[in-house]
Amino acid sequence: MDRNILICGVGGQGTVLASKLIASAFMAQGETVHSAETIGMAQRGGSVTSHIRVGTSAFSPLIPDEKGDLILAFEPAEAVRNLNYLKPEGMVIVNSHPVKPVTESLNDTGYDGTEMISFLRRHYRSTYVVNSHCVCAEFGSLKFFNIIILGMACGLGVLGVDREALIGEIEKKVKEKFVEVNKKAFDVGYKLGENYVTD
Amino acid sequence: MSFMKKEYVMGNSAIAIGALSSGVKMVAGYPGTPSTEIIETIFHVPHEGVHLEWSVNEKAAMEVCASASYAGFRSLVTMKQVGLNVASDPLMSLAYVGVKGGMVIVVADDPGPISSQTEQDTRRFAKFARLPVFDPASPEQAFLMVQDAFKFSEQYHTPVILRPTTRVCHGYAAIEFNENYAPHEAEGFIKDSDKWVIFPKLSRTNHELIEKRNAVLANKLADYRFNTVLECNSKGNKAVFASGISYAYVREYQHEHPDFSLVQIGTAYPFPEKLAVKVLGAVEEVICFEELSPFVEESLLETVGKYHLNVSIKGKLTGDVPHAGELSVKICREILDRFFENRHKEVLTHFDDQPSLPVRPPVLCAGCPHRGAFYAVKVAMKKKKTYYCGDIGCYTLGNASPLDMVDTCLCMGGGITMAQGFAHMDKEAVSFAFIGDSTFFASGITGIVNAIYNEANIIVCVLDNATTAMTGHQPHPGTGFNLMGNFVDKLDIEKILEGLGVVKTVIVNPHDLKASVSAVKECEKLSGVKVIIFRAPCISLVKSSQKCIISDKCRNCGICIKKLGCPAIIMEDGETVIDESLCVGCNLCAQVCPHKAIEKITHG
Repeated sequence: MDRNILICGVGGQGTVLASKLIASAFMAQGETVHSAETIGMAQRGGSVTSHIRVGTSAFSPLIPDEKGDLILAFEPAEAVRNLNYLKPEGMVIVNSHPVKPVTESLNDTGYDGTEMISFLRRHYRSTYVVNSHCVCAEFGSLKFFNIIILGMACGLGVLGVDREALIGEIEKKVKEKFVEVNKKAFDVGYKLGENYVTD
Repeated sequence: MSFMKKEYVMGNSAIAIGALSSGVKMVAGYPGTPSTEIIETIFHVPHEGVHLEWSVNEKAAMEVCASASYAGFRSLVTMKQVGLNVASDPLMSLAYVGVKGGMVIVVADDPGPISSQTEQDTRRFAKFARLPVFDPASPEQAFLMVQDAFKFSEQYHTPVILRPTTRVCHGYAAIEFNENYAPHEAEGFIKDSDKWVIFPKLSRTNHELIEKRNAVLANKLADYRFNTVLECNSKGNKAVFASGISYAYVREYQHEHPDFSLVQIGTAYPFPEKLAVKVLGAVEEVICFEELSPFVEESLLETVGKYHLNVSIKGKLTGDVPHAGELSVKICREILDRFFENRHKEVLTHFDDQPSLPVRPPVLCAGCPHRGAFYAVKVAMKKKKTYYCGDIGCYTLGNASPLDMVDTCLCMGGGITMAQGFAHMDKEAVSFAFIGDSTFFASGITGIVNAIYNEANIIVCVLDNATTAMTGHQPHPGTGFNLMGNFVDKLDIEKILEGLGVVKTVIVNPHDLKASVSAVKECEKLSGVKVIIFRAPCISLVKSSQKCIISDKCRNCGICIKKLGCPAIIMEDGETVIDESLCVGCNLCAQVCPHKAIEKITHG
């Protein structure tokens, strides 16, 4: 299978764990996987991306322009920032809740993410929107959004890995005392994906 | 019974496991992106019998490893590219003296640069020092190359450099290795002052031998497994050379257009000339892809001249490949489309109606103690003429608006000495240096000595957050913990300063604005070298059960945002809001608020 998945967001949102879970779930299914992470200065509130490349004909650690099948965006502007990686017919699953950089609050440009979402909807038929604040409310922390969006992609049937493979990786990679709550978060996301109604 | 294990790891971890599989006995380095995870991996996987350390700086690391390799043990030194500048003194001499046990120096380059001061090219350093350098194109290659490098090092009695770049260091791939690795044991150091003491006579003799050896090595490397020609139905008169990650980028293109030869240069120095001549002799035009500097390109030009070959070499020097920044599949594709003129050029999607994107520069975390330290100095020095000399670490981010408290940043430890230069040139102003605790140990102490001896009038602010934060929280001499897993005596910064003889040392909590401001004012009155230790742990190290909330007294004046630039405080539809998921309750905003509208609460 050849598949390119990009995860993007802002440092501190938990994109790296999501990326590791997807990569190892593909490996568990016998696929050849490569991935690349943003590490270093940008982790302090900057834009971060994880590139996951499945298949034996992937050489570059970063997804080449317009070869991406799917973007999991933890922040609306970050989805738009990384669109160059997505195939024109590719899919975006995007968090509609913005993370406002300090520079925005200082200059108050009115950035609230809505123009990003409508731009995505205008150009990408497969744009799926989720609000992190709504879906994380029952967990009391935004930290579970990474697992929820993963479950959602899985529920939409677009990830290329099985639900069981991902849950297996959650059990292996997440600290024992957090496994149950993360599995619950995954289920919440999975149901969102399964029952997603395009508007 | 098989002990083979397959793991999905980061390139740096692949290097670490490759070194352990080679029987490495001594590992030392200094943290620096993108090299840090090599030593961190060794710390986290089984490594019984290995001496492992974060040295105070790269020079110390290289010297510690040198003696291990003199004694016949295999050693590994790790650093980022600018670290090699610090370690260049032992490096240059070590190249002359040579080693007995294999010694691999991993120097991670950072094209872009993504997290570095310079776009320097370690392959140049290797050639300058006359040392072999291996240049992996993937994490898988890095894993194998580090093992090859140990063998070459031991066989030719020379340190060998492995030079991965960021995309290799931070790329992930699956590697397979034998879990039953163990350090190679050795007979130990055998005294021989004609061999191990560097004297002019030894250097002259060895200089001759090194050049002879490198010629032999260049010949041998022409057949090395990562100096390769990948021929794909090539009928044309053009070929492509690539080194490091650029090779992976060009392979993407070759996969789509399999009609040209692609050469990987896995050992940039000594240059595998024999291999190059074979390819150059069969074509009319060549293009060379590499990041940082035109190293391979220049070697090709040299080869063409030496053998009177009629081939034109394109690359950075001809303006076909950019000099600065990273390459990518996209950049390589555009250049190759031009190089193979007849290709159908790929057109990428472009939207005219794309909304403008918010810029997202890295910032000090919400609750970072450095914010309080910078703000206190700013308040205390209001309307005064000042010089603020920054340094390398998280606190370089103090340059961003609205703090704007870093006027210069040059290199590790450079702030302390630069502040002295300003102080000597401008006696009217107050000169400050800001330096972190790890950087203080790495290269700050000599600067203090220089200041005292040469009577500089400066204020040094040691931003002591009890860790090496920027690179991911490594321990250092002030933390009381080392990589051998031992709790050790903490080196006490104030005692060091007292011993050196500074005029005054004040310790203050940067979250206490009033106390911090008065500490700065107090130091300003004295002449000589004054030090303020702003001491509070990095917020990533402690779990906070506190946060700040905004009460109905808030008039949404935005003063807290405009003064502090804390990422946890945002303006939402004209209202000031604290993002509870980010706030750790440092309380600095509450001390700045003119309406007393912010309160600290304990949640849970």
